[in-house]
Amino acid sequence: MVKYIIRRVLIVIPIMLILSFFTFSLTFIASSDPVTLQLESMGVKADAETINAKREELGLNDPFLVQYGRWLSGVLQGDFGNSYKSGVPVMQEFTKRLPNTLALTASALLLTILIAVPLGILSAVFQDSPLDYLLRLISFLGVSMPSFWVGTLLMLLFGVKLKMLPIQGSGDFKHLILPALTLAIWMTCLYIRRVRGSMLEEMNKDYLVGGMAKGIPRRRVILRQVLPNSLLSVITMFGMSIGALLGGATVIETIFEWKGVGKMAVDAISIRDYPVIQAYVLWMALIYVMVNLLVDLSYLILDPRIRLEGKNI
Amino acid sequence: MKVYIKKALNNRLFMVLFFLAIITVLIPIFAPYTAPHDPLAQDYKNAMISGSAEYPLGTDQIGRCILSRLIWGGRTSLLIVFVVVAIVFVVGVTLGMISGFYGGWIDMLITRFTDLVMAIPSTIFVIALVSVLGPGLGNTILAMSLVGWTEYCRVSRALVLSVRENTYVEEARLGGLSRFQIIRRLILPNTIPYLLVNVTQDIGSTLLTLSGLSLLGLSSQPPTPEWGFMLSEGRKFIQSAPWLIIYPGLYIVIHVIIFNLLGDSLRDILDPRYEKTKNRKRSAKKWLERN
Repeated sequence: MVKYIIRRVLIVIPIMLILSFFTFSLTFIASSDPVTLQLESMGVKADAETINAKREELGLNDPFLVQYGRWLSGVLQGDFGNSYKSGVPVMQEFTKRLPNTLALTASALLLTILIAVPLGILSAVFQDSPLDYLLRLISFLGVSMPSFWVGTLLMLLFGVKLKMLPIQGSGDFKHLILPALTLAIWMTCLYIRRVRGSMLEEMNKDYLVGGMAKGIPRRRVILRQVLPNSLLSVITMFGMSIGALLGGATVIETIFEWKGVGKMAVDAISIRDYPVIQAYVLWMALIYVMVNLLVDLSYLILDPRIRLEGKNI
Repeated sequence: MKVYIKKALNNRLFMVLFFLAIITVLIPIFAPYTAPHDPLAQDYKNAMISGSAEYPLGTDQIGRCILSRLIWGGRTSLLIVFVVVAIVFVVGVTLGMISGFYGGWIDMLITRFTDLVMAIPSTIFVIALVSVLGPGLGNTILAMSLVGWTEYCRVSRALVLSVRENTYVEEARLGGLSRFQIIRRLILPNTIPYLLVNVTQDIGSTLLTLSGLSLLGLSSQPPTPEWGFMLSEGRKFIQSAPWLIIYPGLYIVIHVIIFNLLGDSLRDILDPRYEKTKNRKRSAKKWLERN
């Protein structure tokens, strides 16, 4: 098993290298010239000679691979270059925004799990009851609505009509409530469906009837056996949610003006601030790879079938 | 296939939803007749009203009829959605079939490539691509298609693998049918119905993705009416004219719901598993009652 884990961890390195190469190539696919962009953002209209001198200075006239190597060695030391727009080191801007995204991710996920898992279980256990129909209706409506629309409606209700919460902005707890709630509503609906589905699938297996035939109360079989088994498939989805949220719920962060990394990426993309975009894409890749790794490892701990298979590798 | 069509025709819920889905497509196609006003006509005297006999859903900041803009906007929004879903369906299924049917190194190549594309967070990829290529209809379609095909590839590959094991495929091969013929005559008819479920459900989710992109200003360009873009415009007037976001949002939601429900009911018709689980539960209940 240890061998499996080590191999699983080591494979992260080549994946990250490939992704970093793709990330860096982004700049080269783009039609616009970074130097022109940079000078323009400073309000300078430069002639060809200045641009060329600047390109030479930044090493942009070097071959692609040389530039990539230089960039990569910088990245490995935590240096992603400076933002074209603000001139501030990308890393500095990034670490300033990360706590915001972390706060949003944590609160949205916490809300989701606290609400969705119990409701999903109830919905499955009382299948075809009025409660089940109600929950299915709500969750169906929830996944059919654009989350940013729900967010705007919440803004309208709590911000404009009731004047209880601020509409936009970022930083403190009061500003966090609406975006977290918006994300949680959408994800809760998604998770209720998923938890219900995988619970029902497990409940249809023979061991439920088998357990009951042995005289174990239904509730106990469900709580002790069905629940852990069905939550296993929810873990993968949970991992993907963490990944998506850590990358910044781009749209939600944008409409609420929440200064997270997602908003940073959208802003950078619209003005083609490549160092920021590159850093962001690498960050996303890192999250994705790490989350996948953690999900795999959690299976290893939680699911004996996979654990035994791991031994054979 | 005929069995499924018969089943579908007998399913009242499915027929109602199917009818509704057709209507949602017909409304924007016949926009010149269904829309009460010109979507670009400005009526400054009646700007920013919340609804009247003349403008049922109100007007925007320069007096354009919201309802007409929604109806005309359907041309852009639904067109993008249908084109994207069609592209990802064809590309995904073709790759998946090749991958599943031929196996070997082709299979490995395609599967690895699919994994790679799936590894990239799709929203970000689309946003990045559109911003590199520049916003616009064609680029939006291209970007959304580039990330959307993976699910079809995986599903159709798995379906092919399960169908391929049947003895009749083996017999057909012994009987001298070429690989292409086997795919066309035996494998496609047996897999397409299941993929159709994905297609209908994809229409809803693609619509949601598209409206998110428009919100960020990456899809169609003004003054062409488009649903997501209308929402994003309306956000500026959240305090003074909330109907500018409420109605376009509702309009999108109605479409998503129709197509999602259609997908669900299609799955109920096509997937025998759903009947089975119900029966099994019933038999378990009966067993418990007896004891």
